[in-house]
Amino acid sequence: MSEHTTDNGNSGRFSNGVIAMLCSAFFVGMIGMAYAAVPLYQLFCQVTGFGGTTQRADTQYSGRILDEKITVRFDANTSAGLPWDFQPIERDVTMKIGETVQVAYRAKNLAGNATWGRSSFNVTPLIAGGYFMKVECFCFTDTKLAPGEEIEMPVVFYIDPDIVDLPEMKNIRTITLSYTFYPVDEPSPEAKSVSLPKTGNNLGG
Amino acid sequence: MAGAAADAHEEHHQPYGWTRWVYSTNHKDIGTLYLIFAIIAGIIGGFLSVMMRWELAEPGIQIFHGLASMVYGYEGAAAIDAGKHMYNVFTTGHGLIMIFFMVMPALIGGFGNWIVPIMIGAPDMAFPRMNNISFWLLPPAFILLLLSMFVPGPAGAFGVGGGWTIYPPLSTTGQPGPAMDLAILSLHIAGASSILGAINFITTIFNMRAPGMTLHKMPLFVWSVLVTAFLLLLSLPVLAGGITMLLTDRNFGTTFFSPDGGGDPILFQHLFWFFGHPEVYILILPGFGIVSHIVSTFSRKPVFGYLGMAYAMVAIGGIGFVVWAHHMYTTGIALNTQRYFVFATMVIAVPTGVKIFSWIATMWGGSIQFRTPMLWAIAFIFLFTVGGVTGVQLANAGLDRAMHDTYYVVAHFHYVLSMGAVFAIFAAWYYWFPKMTGYMYSPLIARAHFWVTFIGVNLIFFPQHFLGLAGMPRRYIDYPDAFAGWNLVSSYGSYLSALGVVIFLVGVFEAFAKKREAGANPWGEGATTLEWHLPSPPPFHQWEKLPKIN
Repeated sequence: MSEHTTDNGNSGRFSNGVIAMLCSAFFVGMIGMAYAAVPLYQLFCQVTGFGGTTQRADTQYSGRILDEKITVRFDANTSAGLPWDFQPIERDVTMKIGETVQVAYRAKNLAGNATWGRSSFNVTPLIAGGYFMKVECFCFTDTKLAPGEEIEMPVVFYIDPDIVDLPEMKNIRTITLSYTFYPVDEPSPEAKSVSLPKTGNNLGG
Repeated sequence: MAGAAADAHEEHHQPYGWTRWVYSTNHKDIGTLYLIFAIIAGIIGGFLSVMMRWELAEPGIQIFHGLASMVYGYEGAAAIDAGKHMYNVFTTGHGLIMIFFMVMPALIGGFGNWIVPIMIGAPDMAFPRMNNISFWLLPPAFILLLLSMFVPGPAGAFGVGGGWTIYPPLSTTGQPGPAMDLAILSLHIAGASSILGAINFITTIFNMRAPGMTLHKMPLFVWSVLVTAFLLLLSLPVLAGGITMLLTDRNFGTTFFSPDGGGDPILFQHLFWFFGHPEVYILILPGFGIVSHIVSTFSRKPVFGYLGMAYAMVAIGGIGFVVWAHHMYTTGIALNTQRYFVFATMVIAVPTGVKIFSWIATMWGGSIQFRTPMLWAIAFIFLFTVGGVTGVQLANAGLDRAMHDTYYVVAHFHYVLSMGAVFAIFAAWYYWFPKMTGYMYSPLIARAHFWVTFIGVNLIFFPQHFLGLAGMPRRYIDYPDAFAGWNLVSSYGSYLSALGVVIFLVGVFEAFAKKREAGANPWGEGATTLEWHLPSPPPFHQWEKLPKIN
C-alpha cells in the first residue's frame, strides 16, 4: 500500500517533471511555428501567387504568345497622409496573352517638401497573381519625390499563357493590377537595406 | 502511509474558510471554483445575448441607443451610433465569454478537474499548485475582458466591436483605443491558464493512473480530456502568437498584418483559424466523453465500441487541425485548395458518425431510464446531429459562398455549441451533482429546466436557418422588414431560455436547501466508473488506498 501511494507520483515511464517539460517545450515550439508562419507564408505567396502576389519573371518574354486577347486594367491608390497625385498613364491595355507590354504610372508630389513613399500591389482576381509575370516594376522600393517633382514609373510584364488552363479564369478575360503608395519616413541607411521583400532592384516581389 | 497516520495528516492540513478556496490545491475544490466561475460567466454572457435578441426582435433600433446613453452617457444621434457599436461589442463579448470563460472552464476546468483524477484512481492532479494558478488566472482575464467594454475602442466609441475572430485591420487600425489591447491581454492570460491546465491533465493522465488502468481501459471522459489537452497544447500557442502580432502591429509599429509594410491581413485569418477550428473541438470533445458515460449508465450497458469511441475522438482531434481554411472560402483561395478543404472537412463526419451511431447502439436493447442526465444526453445527440448536418452542408465551398456570414452559420454553430456543448455541461451537472455535493436535486425542477431550455434554444436557433437561407447577414444591429417574423420567434426563444437559467438556479438552491441524501451511487448498476465507488461527496483526499483495476 505504501508503495502504491508513492507510485502515484510516477507510475509512467517518465517523471511528472519530464512530461511537463516536454509539454512546455512543445508549447514554445508551437509559438515559434506561429512566427515561422510569417516568412513561410510570404514565401508561399511568392511561389504560388497566392492572394494576388504577382510573379517575378526570369525571362523577358514568354515562350509562346497565344492568339487570345486579355485586358489588363490599372488602378492607382495613395494612402492617407501621402500628398501625391498617383495615376496610371493608360487606364487599361488589351494585349495578346503572352505578349510583353510596357506601361507606366505617373506620380507627382503635391506637397511643399520632399516626401517618401513605398508602393505595394496586387492583382485581382487573386488567383491570376501567379500568372502575372513582372519583368520590371517599382514595388516595395522607397521612392523620394522633391517638392513638385513628377516621375514616370514603368511596369513591364506579360501574362503567362498557362492562365487559359486555369478553371477559375475560364470566363474572365480582365485582370486588374492595383498599386497603392504608402507614406514612409525618410529611411535611415539600415532601414533601407531591409525593405521587404528583399528584391532590392526594380523587379517585382 | 497507514490509514490512521493518513487521517491525522489529513485533519491537520484540512484548510478552512477563505484560504480553503484561494490557496486551494485540491482538485475537487478547484473544480468547484471553476464551475462557479463558469456559471457566473455564463450568466453574464447569456445576458449579453438576451440583450441582442431583444434588440433584434423587431426591425429598427429598439434598445441599444438607450443602453448607450445609460452606460456611456451619449445623447441623441450620437447615442444611435454608439448603440450600433455597442451591439457589436455585445456580440464580441458574448462569443469570447461563452468560449473562454463559460464552456472551457466548465468542461475542462470544472468537470475535468473534479472527475478525471477520481476516474483514473489518482489522489489529485499531478501539479496541484499549478492547478491553483490555472484557475486564478481566469478571473483577472475575465475582468480585463469586461473592463474592455468600458474603455475607448474605435474613435468616439467604447469596447471591442470586431467580433470574436478579431480580424485585422478592424482590430488594428480600426480600433486604436485601449479596449482591444485589454481584450488581447485577456486572451493571453486565459490562454496561459488553459495551457497550464492542459500540461497538468496530460501529466496526470499519463502518470497517475491506478495500477491496472491501461490507456485502453481508461474511461471515455478521461480519453476526451486527454485529447482536448493535446489540442490545447497544439493550437493555443498559435493564437498566442497571432494575437501577439496584433499587439505589436497595434503598439510597436510592426506590420505583420498591414500591407503598407509588406504584411498581409489574410495571414491573421490563417493563424486564427489554425487555432479556431481545433478550438471548437476543444469545446465539444469533453462533452462527447460525458455523454458516453451518461448513455451507458442509463442504458445499463457498457458503451458500444469502446476503442472505436476513443480513437474516433483522436481522429476528430487530428483531422481538426487540417481543415481550418473552410472558414475562409471567400478570401480568394484557389479552387484546388478549396477542394482539399471541402474534402478534409467532410471527412470529419466519419469519426463523428462513429460516435453518434455508437451512442445509439449503446442504447439499442438497453434497459433505458429517462432520468434527467439521460434527457440532456439524448437531446445532445439529437441536436448535435442537426448541427453536424448543417456543418456538412457548410463544408461545401460552393454552398458556403451563399451562406458565409449569414444566420445559417450562426444557427449551425449554436446547434453544435449552444446545444451540443451546453447540453453536455448540463448533462454532466445533473449526472455528477449528487456525487459532488452529496445532495439529490429535485427531479421535477431539473426536468422543467430541461424542457424549458430544450424548447427555448430550438425556438432561438431553428428559425435562424430560415433567416440565413433568406440571406440575413450576421453581426448587424438592424435588418430589412422581410426578416421580421422569424426574428421575433427567435427572440421569444431567447427569453424562454433565460427563464430556463432561472429554473436551473432555483433547482441548485432547492437541492442545497432540502439536503436530500444522494448516497454513493444514485444511478444504480449502470454507473460503473470509479467515482461511484466513493461516498458522496468524496472525501477531501480520495484513493489513499489505490483501487485495483482488472
